[in-house]
Amino acid sequence: MERGRFEKGKASIAFEEGPLIIGCASVAGKKEGEGPLGEYFDVIEPDPMLGRETWEEAESALQKEAADLAIEHAGLVRSEVRYLFAGDLLGQLIATSFGTVDLEVPVFGLYGACSTIGEALCLGAMAVEAGYAANVMSMASSHFASAEKQFRFPLEYGNQRPFSSTWTVTGCGSFILGKKGGHVRITGATPGKIVDMGLKDSMNMGACMAPAACDTICRNLEDFGRRPEDYDRIITGDLGEVGQKILLDFMRSSGYDLEGLHMDCGIEIFDKETQDTHAGGSGCGCSAVVLAACIVPKLASGEWRRVLFVPTGALMSSTSYNEGQSVPGIAHGIVLEHC
Amino acid sequence: MDENAKRPGPSMEPEEYAAYVKEVTPVHSTPFNMLKAFLTGGIICTIAQGVMRILTGNGMDKDTASLWTLLFLIGAAVLLTGLNLFPKIVTFGGAGALVPITGFANSVAAPAIEYKKEGQVFGIGCKIFTIAGPVILYGIFTSWVLGILYCLLQWIGVYWA
Repeated sequence: MERGRFEKGKASIAFEEGPLIIGCASVAGKKEGEGPLGEYFDVIEPDPMLGRETWEEAESALQKEAADLAIEHAGLVRSEVRYLFAGDLLGQLIATSFGTVDLEVPVFGLYGACSTIGEALCLGAMAVEAGYAANVMSMASSHFASAEKQFRFPLEYGNQRPFSSTWTVTGCGSFILGKKGGHVRITGATPGKIVDMGLKDSMNMGACMAPAACDTICRNLEDFGRRPEDYDRIITGDLGEVGQKILLDFMRSSGYDLEGLHMDCGIEIFDKETQDTHAGGSGCGCSAVVLAACIVPKLASGEWRRVLFVPTGALMSSTSYNEGQSVPGIAHGIVLEHC
Repeated sequence: MDENAKRPGPSMEPEEYAAYVKEVTPVHSTPFNMLKAFLTGGIICTIAQGVMRILTGNGMDKDTASLWTLLFLIGAAVLLTGLNLFPKIVTFGGAGALVPITGFANSVAAPAIEYKKEGQVFGIGCKIFTIAGPVILYGIFTSWVLGILYCLLQWIGVYWA
């Protein structure tokens, strides 16, 4: 069978040169700013409305702010960004459409639930590596209030959240990929397939996504012929406490021990004792802001040499849920290295 | 875990996975939750009883007083919803705050606030009963069924006070 130039193993991509993350930015909400990672975010927005009229407009404003800041950090101007790969959680991607219109950059709108930043980075890296663009931007956002409104209940409605539920992160992470500058390189990727273990509980998304994360991580290790120890960290997006337990169990049954190596952005971003967030943070913004605020800097400084970043998504809508469908998961793996 | 069960892994069947997930997912303590619901519901009902006493004590007849008490509870719940305090009471008290008429008031006021941005007709108008709708529909339907039953029983000669 004929093989593509960058194909690696069964489903992975090994870049020859590998695009660099030449600039990134994280904009987070107030609650995220009060969490354990608060000091690392570029901007903390104290007003959940960001001075806008609606939650959706507020999320768009997050995107615009993060996009401009990432461009500034990369030392570029808007016109030097050739393509934009971006997405959010809202129906028909309205946060992205209205948030990026002023940038005047050709845009590819993406939906991968909370795994969107993985999808955006993978496609962006492919475009840069193949020479279709010198610089591209990958971005993803979420907003607690707009997500609650779309997927659950109006904000002021009183209800009790189960311990397995997660708290949607208000935030946006934006990344400029290019050929020159920065000390973090995307050397490979393992796009994930949809994994459905038949679970129907949308309030336990960690359990819905963990099998997909396991699938992608195993695929990545096999395709690249690596052991988990070859990574300084294997970092999932928003599995939360329950999902982490399941992932570790599943990985053990596949012959890998991730204990001590695994980190989850959703668990890191909030303090579950004082912030009443239960299993952890979630949303496209969760993995995106943690990547921009914590993971990229640690790779840039050389504290970590190589990590596998695996944002995870639960693929559902209120329609599919009401019609009795299960909640399948997806996870995309991105290999990031210090250079 | 059951000795015969498979080790947790990707080869699990959906039922096995669901059982395993149930096992590893922490849940709220039911007795503790019930106690908190009892306390919250009790406080709400005591306040309502207090209002009722004041009204009847001032010479209002019982039916009119209970009407005003209900209006007071609904008004208070809507006000607390607007001030974003009601969800906090529910987080603590659960069904204790939701089962009295306060919960119903909250379930109508919350969508009204949230969907106001989408306009008076398509926002508030269409979506105000998204949560309370089923209660209204099936409440009216059930009373209609009971009414028919009552009528039938009277027709065949069963009477009660």
